[in-house]
Amino acid sequence: MTTESPAPPEVTPPGDMQTAGAAASKSKRKRVPYLLLLPGGLWLIMFYLIPMIQLAGVSLQEGSFEAGYEFTWAWRNYTDAFAAFGGHFVRSILYAGTATLLALLIGYPLAYGIAFRGGRYRNLLLILVLMPFLTPFLLRTLAWKVILADSGWVVGVLQSIGIIAENGRLLATGWAVVAGITYNFLAFMTLPIYVSLEKIDPSLIEAAQDLYSNPRTAFRKVTLPLSRAGIVAGTLLTLIPASGDFVNAQLLGNPRQLMIGNVIDSRFLRIVDYPTAAALSFTLMVAILLIVIPYVRAVGTEDLVA
Amino acid sequence: MAPTRRKGSMDAVAALAARNGMDRREFLKRLGLTGALLTGGPALLAACGVDSASTTTTTAAPAAGSSTTAAAMSTELNIANWPFYIDVLEDGWFDTTSLDDFTAATGITVNYFEEVNDNDEFFGKYQAPLSQGQAIGRDIAVLTDWMAARFIRLGWTEELNYDNIPNAVNLVDALKSPGFDSARKYTLPWQSGLTALGYDPNMTDGELTSINDIFDPKFAGKVTMLTEMRDTMGLVMLGMDIDPATATVEDAKAATDKMQKAVDDGQIRAFTGNEYTSDLASGDAWVSFAWSGDVIQLQIDNPDLKFLVPEEGAMLWSDNMLIPKGAENKHNAEIYMNDVYDPRVAAKIESWVNFICPVNGAQQAMRDLGAEIEDDDLVALADDPLIFPTDADLAKTHIIKDLTEDEETEWNTLFQAVLGA
Repeated sequence: MTTESPAPPEVTPPGDMQTAGAAASKSKRKRVPYLLLLPGGLWLIMFYLIPMIQLAGVSLQEGSFEAGYEFTWAWRNYTDAFAAFGGHFVRSILYAGTATLLALLIGYPLAYGIAFRGGRYRNLLLILVLMPFLTPFLLRTLAWKVILADSGWVVGVLQSIGIIAENGRLLATGWAVVAGITYNFLAFMTLPIYVSLEKIDPSLIEAAQDLYSNPRTAFRKVTLPLSRAGIVAGTLLTLIPASGDFVNAQLLGNPRQLMIGNVIDSRFLRIVDYPTAAALSFTLMVAILLIVIPYVRAVGTEDLVA
Repeated sequence: MAPTRRKGSMDAVAALAARNGMDRREFLKRLGLTGALLTGGPALLAACGVDSASTTTTTAAPAAGSSTTAAAMSTELNIANWPFYIDVLEDGWFDTTSLDDFTAATGITVNYFEEVNDNDEFFGKYQAPLSQGQAIGRDIAVLTDWMAARFIRLGWTEELNYDNIPNAVNLVDALKSPGFDSARKYTLPWQSGLTALGYDPNMTDGELTSINDIFDPKFAGKVTMLTEMRDTMGLVMLGMDIDPATATVEDAKAATDKMQKAVDDGQIRAFTGNEYTSDLASGDAWVSFAWSGDVIQLQIDNPDLKFLVPEEGAMLWSDNMLIPKGAENKHNAEIYMNDVYDPRVAAKIESWVNFICPVNGAQQAMRDLGAEIEDDDLVALADDPLIFPTDADLAKTHIIKDLTEDEETEWNTLFQAVLGA
């Protein structure tokens, strides 16, 4: 959404201004959109494209830090990395997908409630949604360790009603990781949905009711389609960073729940194997694109731009 | 960037601890301490010396970017150290800190950055400028043995001028000649410590004696090990009767196989950095591989917690001061190193830090300081064997071997696979 390209420059309607001056101003007007693109474009080239090319270069190198890396078109880095860590990719996408779904199921009613039932408490409620973000990401995740502790009340209650086994636990399980991701990205889901719901003209819903639709149909035919842009934005904002997340898995999971972000972290920082780390990062990026592009094509981005 | 703390994982842990009302000192240092690398075990007790003759005659380091000549005029000093690794006023015994005293005595302003949360992270952050021969704006960095070794291998350190550090004679014998820097040409220890078992006897239902107790199925899902490869590998090897000082890649493989089985059986709950302290405190972990200074701090809240040096022994490591290549205030850095090797200054730092002090005479100095401020607790602290271990205690410690870059990669790859990455 931040990198959305603007609509193509509008063609100036042909008129009767055929003088030289008008032609000059016409070509100038043609240039203006591109000039407006310049700052953003330069920014993207400097901080996105160049690092990306560098990363691609590193991913095809061979060698070691102390002996020096050499560029050798080492495509093997990709096949080796995928062979070794394919399971981590699958797990990352599974966890991120589950968390995105959960965040949608929690975030949509939340946003709906605030937008339509919030009344004068709307702003207060919005602030409450944002409040946890004043605490650093890491602290929020660590707080979950306290909440989900083996001797904590959450586990105690779940044990006593038989949802988890007598000696069962929540921490160091996949559920804890998914719960952590869901929580940490909930606001990214809630806010775009809120924005799109808040824009809906209530008279449209009234009109639907005037046409004898029951509340459920009105929701399905009016509210839901009109909030689609928010849902698309929210799911992308959650799914993409969640697939690369490594903090939740490190703190709330155990070695069998680590995600691809943990592998990249370990390759880059611990093993100092920059080529494999770069190859994994690239593969992750491609994997996300392969998921996101069909999704966006299917649901459409017009609403996002509008 | 704030002049003191970098926003980083350790700070977050510490801040959380503070919120939970735990003593902030319990979250001492390091997400990632590490096994020591001194040299093969025998050298531990071999007292070679840092005699000034062997170290002072060498000329100043040549390489590009070095600016030792300009240093004489400077009144600044930039130190990068681990969080909670020096005395502060809060919870302290004295009215001034050792850094205050240093500035008062020398006129040198110290910018103290608590930015080393993790050796690997520090390396990742500064490798780009250092490998291009650029200075990193730090005159002293405190790094664990193996990372200090890597810095030396890469030529990223300035040679120490011992003319400026006469107090270095106070370095304890056991640490005078590590394998990675056998004449201490580039490094001086800041603190040492032990890695062994921390446990809660109320949970384990009795005393433990062996490293292998961590593999007892009674404690399934309630044990943690450290993400620091050398600490965890060293202890597991000791439990398998393998000497970490001479271990081969096959030994490393055997150790990681054993750990992998424990992971698959659900025995090991997690591999952690410093977070194991909160796991031990909350009862989520009953038995952990632990660092000595941390457990001393945990005992303030829970006196029952035990730090066990098992029958097989414990791992000994050090964090070392070194001067990164091209440091602008090298001379000041050496004056500071001299200062902290003054036993009274060392005792003052130790009174707050609680790891193993590398300075001879600091134990007596701590007793003297305690007498001066009439505080019996401080006098008693001087007799804590985890801060001032006896030679007999040190004889039970082991040091992991100096790994070459290739070995380091192989061991790390094996170990990271167990960690799940």
